Amino acid sequence: MANLKISNITKRFGSLTANDDISLRVDEGEVVALLGENGAGKTTLMNILFGHYVADEGNIEIDGERLVPGSTDAAIKAGLGMVHQHFTLAENMSVLENIMLGTESLWSLKSTVGRSRRKLENLSKEYSLQVNPDAGISELSVGERQRVEILKVLYRGAKILILDEPTAVLTPAETGQLLENLKMMVTSGMSIIFISHKLHEVLEISDRVSVLRHGAMVGEIATKDADKAILAEMMVGRKVTRPKAEKLEPGASIVELKNITVTGAGKAADLLNDISLEIRQNEIVAIAGVAGNGQRELAELLSGLRSWDKGEFRYKGEIVSRANASEFLRMGFGRIPEDRHHTGTVGEMSVWENLVSENLRQDPYWKFGKFIDFDANRKKAAELIKQFDIRCSSMETPARLLSGGNMQKLILARTLTADPNFVLANQPVRGLDEGAIAFVHEQLLAARTKGAGILLISEDLDEIFSIADRVCVIYHGRISQLLEVRKTNIQQIGAMMGGDMKAVA
Amino acid sequence: MDWIELFVSAGFWAATLRIAAPLIFGTIGELVCERAGVLNLGIEGIMTMGAMAGWMWVYQDGSLWGAVLFAAMVGAIFGLLHAIFTVHLGLSQHVSGIGITLLASSLSYFLFRMFLPNSTTPPKITPFQPVDIPILSDLPFLGEAFFSHTPMTYLALALIPIAIYMLYRTPIGLATRMAGENPVALEAQGINVLMIRTGAVVVGSAIMSVGGAYLTISAFDAFFFGMINGRGWICIALVIFASWKPGRALFGALLFAGLDAFQVRAQQLAGGDIPYQFFLMLPYLLSIGAMIIISKRMRYPQALLVPFRRGDRI
Repeated sequence: MANLKISNITKRFGSLTANDDISLRVDEGEVVALLGENGAGKTTLMNILFGHYVADEGNIEIDGERLVPGSTDAAIKAGLGMVHQHFTLAENMSVLENIMLGTESLWSLKSTVGRSRRKLENLSKEYSLQVNPDAGISELSVGERQRVEILKVLYRGAKILILDEPTAVLTPAETGQLLENLKMMVTSGMSIIFISHKLHEVLEISDRVSVLRHGAMVGEIATKDADKAILAEMMVGRKVTRPKAEKLEPGASIVELKNITVTGAGKAADLLNDISLEIRQNEIVAIAGVAGNGQRELAELLSGLRSWDKGEFRYKGEIVSRANASEFLRMGFGRIPEDRHHTGTVGEMSVWENLVSENLRQDPYWKFGKFIDFDANRKKAAELIKQFDIRCSSMETPARLLSGGNMQKLILARTLTADPNFVLANQPVRGLDEGAIAFVHEQLLAARTKGAGILLISEDLDEIFSIADRVCVIYHGRISQLLEVRKTNIQQIGAMMGGDMKAVA
Repeated sequence: MDWIELFVSAGFWAATLRIAAPLIFGTIGELVCERAGVLNLGIEGIMTMGAMAGWMWVYQDGSLWGAVLFAAMVGAIFGLLHAIFTVHLGLSQHVSGIGITLLASSLSYFLFRMFLPNSTTPPKITPFQPVDIPILSDLPFLGEAFFSHTPMTYLALALIPIAIYMLYRTPIGLATRMAGENPVALEAQGINVLMIRTGAVVVGSAIMSVGGAYLTISAFDAFFFGMINGRGWICIALVIFASWKPGRALFGALLFAGLDAFQVRAQQLAGGDIPYQFFLMLPYLLSIGAMIIISKRMRYPQALLVPFRRGDRI
């Protein structure tokens, strides 16, 4: 078996130092967790290890032998195996084809399909990773796809397994299964590098935790000496407290959906099936669920981008007859879209243009209702930039140059300055660091106090349990009944996210 | 001759095969490029170049099989050019492809004129002659229809199983398909995506160039202007029609060629009752119809048209 030694790795991208003098050791049969916020340099380090990037300084040794930099092939041959955060599978091909890729000499005239299939079947038995070799990847669930990724790595005989944010896309149940599998691999002598920012998983699986912050290694701690608070502080560099929701009495109904159904194209299943939901003033309703269960359709529906086939949509008690995005905005809908780069902002346009882009044709920013009043708009933008602390070199900066947190602040500023009655917050903190998360939550809670009804779509149960009042689970286009957050717990919601709707008490 | 008789005449089927052969070369060549993720709109020009190069080789007293190899080589060079632009520099595949077509077709006419500045009627060569397959060619009807063709026609037919085997049964075929589906996955397994894509474009371009040469050294015996006459574009459509599968490409090429063979004969049958332009239009009209029907369940290679840069998105 193998041990890995990373010494003094430095990698710069222009003026940014993504990895600054990082050293890390992994011994045989050991699980080392690499902890750090987004942008801390975890993925860069792994890409160097795996030969996708070449480090500017430092070197890597496996079993005392120096690894050739910049060669993925060499890394694989040395026994490294990487399960990427974004799966590297071809959807139109079978499991077996995906796994066999790269395992044979390119110039051999015949693929040894039969032998490969047997080897795969043995591996999946040995590590109890069930998968049908002939299934197309597009037919598989996310959990199964990850199994294929892991099998792919095992198939190539990896001794050191690197998992980059492996649980980001899994349900709590699938996560549990994965952790069990990993423990079994460790007992058979494999070493694992587990990259994550989820503290409880790190505490459960690892022997040792190394923490990265702003590209530098800030500390290492044996897992048995660590707890959540210690790790969080190491990761963020200071104590952070996420705001908590105070109790508020909900007011009148803002948005009410009754038996809303959105049918799929052709013979596909309904995208949304008989959804009933009510959001009232002064409350945050959360929709929990694994991505791809109808969240996007629900969000589009509530943004006025998608119409519905059946059911009733009421806003402040009045029936809404059709989906119309600009009409919705005028009525007092606010939205924080899921994808802040593509649907939240226009990357090539300046910060101020993005900030005022939802005030089209509203006084006083438009002269005669037809022409942009540049001075008024820039003045308003300057106020918002100050008020929401959007860090940008100037308001003329293209929005795409903002960091994730600042881009989200821009969207929040634009949305909340209109004092919306209803806010759709779709994955508002995905990919943000702790500081930015706290800011977003504070702003959402402030809007709630002011009287807005908020629908929070999230996969992050910690988020839901810290700010939401009521929660329901979306699964295959259906939603569960609404539960009071105070009267439920993470385990119950987790089970429901996996499709066990009967877990409803 | 009457309408039914037309379909049972051996001549009709033999003509169908003759018309289909260059389309098969072109379609398979294009298919190989696209399976690796590169659209090759240079096909029309590369086929023109192949037609000229193959013919010129024979005209300069080269052998017929030498001409096939020469055409393949010339096609490969233009393929390499397209690959440098689209694979290595990541430029627009559409723009580069159309550029290649303009360059290659103009260059072939230019070179033709350079070598033969004074001839008004295109000079002729002795092309491939039909070879009767022993025993099979003596079969009534079938013999004349399918077993009395030039060696290049048989080569076109043999290309289909070869393409299927290479794409689906060999590691390099798997790597090629993966380059068109998910190049990141290929990279993650330590295989050089740029090399695979370049190789596919070069090989594909060589094959389509041979398709061009078929016209001048097997179907006809001369090279003239407007020789390819949109066959390259038909091949682009046939690849889509075939859903990027070589077997279906054969079917598509035969269908189109059959319609073409039919329209020539139908013109004579119909006499002056229907304007002949109507029949000229038929194969294209029906191709469009077939494409509309087939497009509903199309599965594009997912990374077609998407340039790959190392280190991206990993």
